[in-house]
Amino acid sequence: MAQENDIELLDFWVSPFGQRVRIALAEKGVDYEYKEQDLMNKSEFLLKSNPVYKQIPVLLHGGKPICQSLIIVEYIDEVWSDKPPLLPAEPYARANARFWADFTDKKVYECGTKLWKLKGEEQAAAKKEFIEIFKFLEGELGDKTFFGGETFGFIDVALVPFVAWFYAYETCAKFSIEEVCPKIVAWGKRCMERESVSKTLSDPDKVYEFVLFLKKRFGVE
Amino acid sequence: MASEDVKLIGAVMSPFVMRPRVSLNLKGVEYEFLEETFGSKSELLLKSNPVYKKIPVLIHSGKPICESLIIVQYIDETWSGHSILPSDAYDRAIARFWAHYIDDKWFPALGGIARAQTEEAKNEAIEQVFTGLKLLEEAFEKCSGGKPFFGGETIGYVDIALGCYLGWLRATEKLIGITFLDETKTPLLCHWAEKFSSHEAVASVMPETDKLVEFAKMIQAKFKAPANK
Repeated sequence: MAQENDIELLDFWVSPFGQRVRIALAEKGVDYEYKEQDLMNKSEFLLKSNPVYKQIPVLLHGGKPICQSLIIVEYIDEVWSDKPPLLPAEPYARANARFWADFTDKKVYECGTKLWKLKGEEQAAAKKEFIEIFKFLEGELGDKTFFGGETFGFIDVALVPFVAWFYAYETCAKFSIEEVCPKIVAWGKRCMERESVSKTLSDPDKVYEFVLFLKKRFGVE
Repeated sequence: MASEDVKLIGAVMSPFVMRPRVSLNLKGVEYEFLEETFGSKSELLLKSNPVYKKIPVLIHSGKPICESLIIVQYIDETWSGHSILPSDAYDRAIARFWAHYIDDKWFPALGGIARAQTEEAKNEAIEQVFTGLKLLEEAFEKCSGGKPFFGGETIGYVDIALGCYLGWLRATEKLIGITFLDETKTPLLCHWAEKFSSHEAVASVMPETDKLVEFAKMIQAKFKAPANK
């Protein structure tokens, strides 16, 4: 029976969505129990904790589940408010942070998936879309250190796990993200200087291996 | 607060636009409604929302805020008075979850009925809408704690997220001849729908079902018309 302050995270090692939560917890210095899930054979506990989506990540705080990675990150930010905030204080800046984090949710994963799942013309179209998405993000980043300015924040947390997927995307779709979006790649490297990020993100080689496994599973050449 | 420069770019028929309108009404904030013409996008819209080019866009003192639920949260955080999101962090996470589910799964299922190319796809979409309503009935029971709204005594975030789709839900019922909000299946939601629709912050901005039916028929005709290639 979970204690009032126990924190558990149901997650999957390579999931960028789970990694958002891990980074947020690390930034706040929160101790938690990581519980790796088998997504091919979902546990009773996972299905009970997230009956609507049956997905990871799920954060459990004193046994009470919170689902959806960005919702979890906001929850973490609000509960551990004694630590440096991930969301800015000012309403307009907050709306902006939520907008770009949501943009990442709507666009990056789906388009990235197309890069390894599709071939030929469809893959070329996905590549074009991917570059457009990252050019928008680069526009928002500008010459700032992080998306939030001088401090690592909500948008950075939302996007940075995908940096570990760049190598896989580049190899599958044969292009260089650094060539088209150098500021994003430089930002990614800056983020990796933070322990919360470097200790959380998967090794790009392991991500690529995982993508190859998925390709096999989905019967993609 | 007539001195506040608040504009909302939108359209009367859009359930997404209705969300900030209800929110501003709840806060007692006056705003200028800039109505877009269906089929074209104004310069102001394109300039204010270059990423999605969609309504609604709230412009507060010249600064644009996009995405309906993000706008609702902005309104809640900017103006005092009626609280839209709950005060407890866990309750807020639950409210955000249901609003996300409604936009991510439930409403696309409703829209999927009209978009369905086959009878099978249409029936599947209808099933998904019913399943979703059952889930939302359970969520309502948990969130409301016996009170009239998801938000408790007063209209809250999930009420706004779901309530603004009621016009289109009723229109779909008329178009396909199926009753989704059924007293025997989801009595709490039926009662809630009445309360929400008749609330003073909502009634004036809820589009008429018959007008939505007309609008839907017009769009369907447009899409079914043979294209000149």
